[in-house]
Amino acid sequence: MAFAGGADDDNLVINGDLEITTKAAAPQHLDGVLDEVISGWHFRSDETQALEMDDFDNPGMIFVDQAVDQWNTAEGSEGKSCADCHGAPEDMAGVKAVYPKWNEAAGEVRTLQMQMNDCRTNRMGADAWKYDAGDAINMVALMSSVSRGMPVNVATDGPAAELWQKGKDLYYTRTGQLELSCANCHEDNYGNYIRADHLSQGQINGFPAYRLKNAKLNGVHSRFKGCVRDTRAETYSPGSEEFIALELYVASRGNGLSVEGPSVRN
Amino acid sequence: MRLTAMTATMALVAGAAFAADVAPGDLQFDEYGAIEESLTGMAGDAENGAKIMASKSKGNCIACHEVTALQDAPFHGEVGPMLDGVGGYRSAAELRGIVANAKMTFEGSVMPAFYKTKGFIRPGDGYTGKAPAGDELPPILTAQEIEDVVAFLLTLQDG
Ligand code: HEC
Ligand code: HEC
Ligand code: HEC
Repeated sequence: MAFAGGADDDNLVINGDLEITTKAAAPQHLDGVLDEVISGWHFRSDETQALEMDDFDNPGMIFVDQAVDQWNTAEGSEGKSCADCHGAPEDMAGVKAVYPKWNEAAGEVRTLQMQMNDCRTNRMGADAWKYDAGDAINMVALMSSVSRGMPVNVATDGPAAELWQKGKDLYYTRTGQLELSCANCHEDNYGNYIRADHLSQGQINGFPAYRLKNAKLNGVHSRFKGCVRDTRAETYSPGSEEFIALELYVASRGNGLSVEGPSVRN
Repeated sequence: MRLTAMTATMALVAGAAFAADVAPGDLQFDEYGAIEESLTGMAGDAENGAKIMASKSKGNCIACHEVTALQDAPFHGEVGPMLDGVGGYRSAAELRGIVANAKMTFEGSVMPAFYKTKGFIRPGDGYTGKAPAGDELPPILTAQEIEDVVAFLLTLQDG
């Protein structure tokens, strides 16, 4: 059996010039838990890694192109497009890095998809997008691509603290008949193989992730759902308060890593 | 009348073949987490035990453990210790206890309990992600399957 051990020492540079921080000193809130946070990219094979190093090879970029079209398309009763209010997608650089984020006016923590749906329903008079599906996940991929290389910097304090704590509790809860928590696999055992899978830290800086396994872009909540299901548990739904809390917490575990999505994973 | 008969029949179907089995809720662990008594009173079938350990839908033990004797089955994991020789340094009682509920031997272990049916947080219906039908789940392995796995583990003498 060929065991690859922990994270490899390769460097991720996209298109020959965009340097991605894939290993960083762990944020303070992980003191005593992890010294270093590591992108899931380091746990994939050289072949899979290579697909993310050039946008022409990255199948996720096809969906980014589709999202650019969507960005410029007027929809809804107001006849407005995203571009009408926000300009070019590149003008949104840095937004993805700080989500999920507290929205003062709404008095809630919002994921990017919640915020986009707020724009659609309240500002465009258009239908909300289905969570983690089609247009929504493509647009998250676009928002991510224009932030690539910028450090994830999700706020964990202030009004977000309560939900963050809830997410942390979920991260350490051992669910299902297998009684496994996120931490059991992604904190205690990253670098180890579980059957054929090389366990990473379960970071989400690379999301949405194009998975070779299902040949599409996968959202954070869909990934969480799969991992919870694999503990023989009743899952939560994409868009649920539990997964919003978990996304906030898991995102903050990657503070300091670069935004990397759309990534390529197996 | 008919209802009672049906209920009785159903109870029989559920329990009949395994009437002598120790139920998951009645396991007797000693202070180290071992279980002295066979769960079925019948000898385990080591060959079947090997199959259960390698099968993804049964024990899936090799997801976490490397076992040289099972090297024909692909992809052994590294989450748990390699099990070569474990039959030499662990007794049947210890192995039975570990497979039935490893947390009684290793506090807080990541190893799942294979003969446990309740007391879970958000239990699901197998790998469907859905809520289960009742409030008790079937154990992952039956009493006889536990005995079969223990019989196989006891054959692992060199390591
Ligand atoms: C009619 C104007 C309008 C349209 C059309 C619109 N937005 Fe917005 N959008 C806004 C405003 C105003 C805000 C700031 C809201 C706030 O902070 O509460 C915003 C905020 C956002 C944010 C969060 C920015 C941040 O810094 O937190 C994202 C992401 C976003 N919009 C995406 C979209 C997308 C995608 C579309 C098209 C599907 C869209 N918007 C359409 C006006 C619009
Ligand atoms: C039984 C083990 C197990 C448990 C428990 C588990 N995961 Fe995973 N997870 C995996 C495996 C295997 C993969 C695929 C390989 C990898 O990236 O680690 C994965 C992948 C991921 C990824 C994708 C990482 C990337 O870079 O693409 C995320 C995010 C993730 N898990 C989050 C979670 C969260 C949050 C929880 C708890 C709700 C959780 N996982 C529970 C096994 C597990
Ligand atoms: C999710 C991971 C996982 C699975 C699945 C798993 N184990 Fe384990 N097992 C462990 C770990 C980890 C240990 C080490 C004890 C500890 O530190 O918790 C262990 C310990 C053991 C031991 C004791 C080894 C010794 O040296 O004393 C035996 C025997 C064992 N496992 C057998 C099995 C069998 C048989 C199965 C399947 C029916 C199985 N395991 C499934 C993780 C697992």
